[in-house]
Amino acid sequence: MENTTPILSVKKLSKSFPGVKALTGVDFSLRAGEVHALMGENGAGKSTLIKVITGVYKHDNGEIFLEGNSINPSSVRHSQELGISTVYQEVNLVPMLSVAENIFLGRNPSKSGIIHWRKINKKAQDAVKKLGLDIDVTMQLASYPIAIQQLVAIARALDLSAKVLILDEPTSSLDNDEVKILFNVMKKLKKEGMAILFVSHFIDQIYEISDRITVLRNGELIGEYETEKLSRIDLVSKMMGKELIEVEKSKSYSENTNSESGKNVFMSMKDVYKKGYITLPELKLNKGEVLGFAGLLGSGRSELAKLIFGIETPSKGEIEINGKKISVSSPRKAIANGMSFCPEDRKTSGIVEGLTVRENMILSIQAKKGWLKPIPRKTAEKLADEYIKMLNISTPHREQKIKNLSGGNQQKVIIARSLALNPDLLILDEPTRGIDVGAKAEILKLILSLSKKGMSIIFISSELAEIVKCAARVVVLRDKKKVTELTNDNVREEVIMKAIAEGSI
Amino acid sequence: MKLKETFMNTFQSMLKSQFKWPLIILFFIMFFNLIFTPNFFDISVKDGHFFGSLIDILNRATPVIIMAIGMTLVIGTGGIDISVGSVMAISSATAGYLITKGEYSMAAIIFVPVIIASLFGLWNGILVSVFGVQPIVVTLILLVAGRGVAELITDGQILVFERPAFEFIGNGFLFGLPFPVTIFVVLGLFVYFVTRRGALGLFIEAVGGNAISSRYAGINDRVVKIIVYVFSAFCAGISGLIATANIKAADPHSCGLGLELDAILAVAIGGTLLDGGKFSVKGTVIGAIIMQSLTTTILMRGIPVQATLIVKSIVVVIVCLLQSENFRIIMKKLFSRRPAGA
Repeated sequence: MENTTPILSVKKLSKSFPGVKALTGVDFSLRAGEVHALMGENGAGKSTLIKVITGVYKHDNGEIFLEGNSINPSSVRHSQELGISTVYQEVNLVPMLSVAENIFLGRNPSKSGIIHWRKINKKAQDAVKKLGLDIDVTMQLASYPIAIQQLVAIARALDLSAKVLILDEPTSSLDNDEVKILFNVMKKLKKEGMAILFVSHFIDQIYEISDRITVLRNGELIGEYETEKLSRIDLVSKMMGKELIEVEKSKSYSENTNSESGKNVFMSMKDVYKKGYITLPELKLNKGEVLGFAGLLGSGRSELAKLIFGIETPSKGEIEINGKKISVSSPRKAIANGMSFCPEDRKTSGIVEGLTVRENMILSIQAKKGWLKPIPRKTAEKLADEYIKMLNISTPHREQKIKNLSGGNQQKVIIARSLALNPDLLILDEPTRGIDVGAKAEILKLILSLSKKGMSIIFISSELAEIVKCAARVVVLRDKKKVTELTNDNVREEVIMKAIAEGSI
Repeated sequence: MKLKETFMNTFQSMLKSQFKWPLIILFFIMFFNLIFTPNFFDISVKDGHFFGSLIDILNRATPVIIMAIGMTLVIGTGGIDISVGSVMAISSATAGYLITKGEYSMAAIIFVPVIIASLFGLWNGILVSVFGVQPIVVTLILLVAGRGVAELITDGQILVFERPAFEFIGNGFLFGLPFPVTIFVVLGLFVYFVTRRGALGLFIEAVGGNAISSRYAGINDRVVKIIVYVFSAFCAGISGLIATANIKAADPHSCGLGLELDAILAVAIGGTLLDGGKFSVKGTVIGAIIMQSLTTTILMRGIPVQATLIVKSIVVVIVCLLQSENFRIIMKKLFSRRPAGA
């Protein structure tokens, strides 16, 4: 096994950006027929390494070898032609085109300039079938949930006659069943001799599927390990560069918050209903309480959050804040009522890519003040610097464009934007999605310390362990309905899971 | 010596600014004229008024500059307003009508056309932001319909008039400078302060960059969009007054015809991306001045007028290429390859 020559290898690769050394002398090799996990915290250089291999960036130093030959991919297309296909963290397809068109985008099989639609649709149908998906490939991609779109992206990558398949966090928006489908496909491809590079923040998944693990930290290679011989604790400590990990140690933060102590209700909802969107007979949120929303993707947890924040308006029902009936018909009104929201999909509805870290941070507070009362530059700079320090955001400076930050740091900037409002209620929809272990722990700690200071928090996460750690009370949703509410001793992963699966406890 | 030093300093700070390429092009046009066009830089004073090619360039560029300033904000939100030429005609026709068809006060003659123009902007803004119709479609409708409205107002006639107080808007002088120049300077400064010292600029860029994120952050993206379309039409209305006063006639057929394209070009030359999310009012003003300098240069050099459009286009292409990241990378590659081969 050891003597298999690598199909793809990278020698002494370096890449720097203005102000950041993203990779320094990194070695990496990927063998045929293996699933190789690439691990590291935010900003460790995972994405950069992948982008160099796939020709998005040009490396400054070092060499890339594919099947023994030195290659120099100049574009994504070029790397695809060489046999390296990639599925990125965020779905990079054209939502307005059909599934089939997306799979064959840029390489329509045509005869004398005429596109053979029937052939394309047939081939596309085969391609998605391989993934165990049964969908209509002639439908618009946007009409499917993100999870399906992700699988379509993988189908496209697989169809590009790949020798090397790079999956950059493909599972971050998939639910358990979909992950299973993906893993089955990966296992099958592995058997067929495909070399798969897999990036994920879900440690369980890494251990389930990978043969080997390469760890990067701060743009440097920490080492390559066989998965079987590396314990989870060792892996995490290598990633974080710390020997002891608080995340694993502190079993339950939730002792800190107590649902009984905060008797004064901050918000209460009654008979809230919107057709096909949410059915909620009753919901109460206390001051200083962390309330968890649990449920599968599409269960209604994000929908409920959006409804509370005024992005969607209910067709009937009552919402009271501090005992006063209010109607929240827009995010602006929600903010005026002391709420703040960090959305699930930070790329499409969180960050404003072209603006700087500072501008992104002050956006909400400035919007609240109105355009006639600008925040003085000095105040804004001070505020940005404070949050960069407080949330440990790694950015060269506050005037960096947010698009140049890694996912976890972007998330922190969005959280800072919300915190700057000093809200009474903070709604966090999947704040830890796609970010590394260290940043996750920081965000969880932040949630608890904020709630101690009296802030009410709605915390949505698909990682039940996180919910259990933070929330004193959990609302379980299923099929766009609130099915039950768990408190105190019932806030345990297995109980939540049972409620999600069976609709009651 | 000292002159040379200050010259070099300005040149160096110019190279650092974000409008590097537009400024360099403007500099070259001026340099070309310094050498080849006699009297280009002459400024004479007559009756306390300044005259000369440079003043003339600013004066003539004014209608486009003013429209382009409004256009910059619209483009900043990721939209576009191709109706400005027609809105200009509506403003012109309204002013002409008020002057020739009755005894209206100067205040009415100035404010009514601009208000009517702004109302058309409100129409654009509501269709774009509330009903979500694509900006180019919305403003294309008004591009066509607006000229019809203007022709209806004047009954298809060209309204010629004599009204010295009104003509001042187009031909008068204030502080020695043509009055239109004063208008654009005041308007430009106003926009600069509202957008850059105020927070409107941030909101426009946020909405242009990502409307959903902006809405979730609490920005009223609809209102921001309506504001920019109203303001764009307001600017077009003012340009209409200037153009009308200048020729002492309201000509609904040709007033502002095709100027929407000049305004968009000025914005593009000034370095504002048509994608939205970032804008520069300063760049736009420089862009509009480049275009007028070219026209004036061509006229003064005796280059056949027929060639004007071609020469203009070539310069526009050059400026746009210079600002393109990809173009610079390609050029770098081309030039770095040569020494390696040698």
